[in-house]
Amino acid sequence: MNPLAFFLDPFSYGFMQRGLVATLLIGVVCAVMGTFVVLKGLAFIGDAVSHAAFPGLVIAYILGLPLYLGGAVAAVGTALAIGLVSRRGRLRFDTSVGVLFAGTFAFGVLLFSTINGYVGDLLGYLLGNVLGISIGDLVQVAVLGAIVLAIVLVTRKELLYATFDPLGAAASGLPVAALEYLLLGLLGVTIVVSIQAVGVILVVAMLVTPAATAQLLLVRFERLMLLASVLAMVAALIGLYVSFYLNVASGASIVLVETLFFGIALLFGPRSGLLSSRLARQSRVAPSDSA
Amino acid sequence: MPPAVSLDHVTAGYGPRIALSDVTMTVRPGSLLAVIGPNGAGKSTLLKLIAGLLRPETGTISVLGAAPGVEARSVAYLPQAEAVDWEFPVTVGEVAMMGRYARLGFGRRPGAIDRERVAAALETVGMAGATDRQIGALSGGQRRRVFLARAIAAEPELYLLDEPVTGVDATTQEDLMDVLEAEARSGKTVIASTHDLICAAQRFHQAAFVNGRVIATGPSAMVLDQKLLSDTYGGHVLVLPGDGGRLILDDAHHHDQEAGGERHYHEDTRG
Repeated sequence: MNPLAFFLDPFSYGFMQRGLVATLLIGVVCAVMGTFVVLKGLAFIGDAVSHAAFPGLVIAYILGLPLYLGGAVAAVGTALAIGLVSRRGRLRFDTSVGVLFAGTFAFGVLLFSTINGYVGDLLGYLLGNVLGISIGDLVQVAVLGAIVLAIVLVTRKELLYATFDPLGAAASGLPVAALEYLLLGLLGVTIVVSIQAVGVILVVAMLVTPAATAQLLLVRFERLMLLASVLAMVAALIGLYVSFYLNVASGASIVLVETLFFGIALLFGPRSGLLSSRLARQSRVAPSDSA
Repeated sequence: MPPAVSLDHVTAGYGPRIALSDVTMTVRPGSLLAVIGPNGAGKSTLLKLIAGLLRPETGTISVLGAAPGVEARSVAYLPQAEAVDWEFPVTVGEVAMMGRYARLGFGRRPGAIDRERVAAALETVGMAGATDRQIGALSGGQRRRVFLARAIAAEPELYLLDEPVTGVDATTQEDLMDVLEAEARSGKTVIASTHDLICAAQRFHQAAFVNGRVIATGPSAMVLDQKLLSDTYGGHVLVLPGDGGRLILDDAHHHDQEAGGERHYHEDTRG
């Protein structure tokens, strides 16, 4: 088989083309939002919101409504509720989130177990199946993703300031509380969009891993966001090849490629690279350096 | 001239805990005011009230002629160093530019004037050569310099600084105080909390003694008044005679104690 055919053949199939477009879009949106998730320490919240989307999906399925709608209402609602709890609550924040997260997911599983007959669509949402995405779903992903990216683009410096130093930002007149709810709302939308590709359980990886990898490599916020997006797109492409040729799950393949990138950055990255810091230590004690 | 800041019978706290009660004070424009008192005395609370970050439970506050937060673009607030995540991937230049964000408004990128102001501010604090370094790669003193540059870049009328010289080296302390003194001379109002009584006495013009309430306000020379000091610190202070009155602040207690525990060895001096 010639190399060009190796790379081009998979995308002669319509489902692979749609899958590629979807994962590239989702990868970028997740990486951009993931930058804030990583810097604000929202990874656990991301996980909670994605699990909370599940009962919304199940209810929509039972009622015969569009699944996206159910998932979006549940995810965005939970994200905003978490924001409210974090401002008003008496319990430790991660405790509240943990309770909410397990409770909503259990509710989803309970409802899921009441459904008789075919539940293939819902299982797809649990584990993700981007190769099964329809043109209609693809359009939804594109529109919602574009909205999220546009809002982040317009508010990115305010989001940056409010994330880095909320007190300083609020004192200078930025609407920090509103920005936080905006961020959580966008996170909810991002998660619903991404569930199609990788499923409820792996969404958090799409959010966190590319941004975390970029954080090991760069110290500038906007470049970090850019690198996270590029890493997510490359991982999407490689993941789909892996999925195609090894006949394995697409979402899991993409996440594993992202995780591999993270591992490489962890080992060799200049900021916290385990190997490079060891080498640096060795060169520091090397006789040639000690003057 | 109307006051830059005035508080009228202000009581505030966090939930059920009252941090400051019945505070009445005014700060004139051009003041260089040190807020002193032990840990948990309400110094940060006072600054947060003026910055509009905390609403008073009772009483009224006026900042630059309006309610707190209304004139926010003319107020620069420096949080305590512990309140900031120093691992955050921002550079010195980006942090200083944040001072311009509120002026710029949503969706607008910094322009030539903003870059000019930021460069000048970094120059003022002696950090012009470090624009592209990550903020966490700097020393504690350099970080404070950069945050002060951010404040200067905002071109504020009022500086609210929470412990700007705590934990910094002597050179940095002198440099930062030189900058603040110049700002005050040009008519800006500077209010800073500090643990450092020597610095408060020597480098500030006015002082406010705080411990759950405002005990006294006046010229900063007052910091050497032993009666006021023991009223504020509850007796954890010694003034040695000679040497122009050297201060020994028994501050070791204050770091590990809750606000309520500050006075446990001593009679309550409030009554």
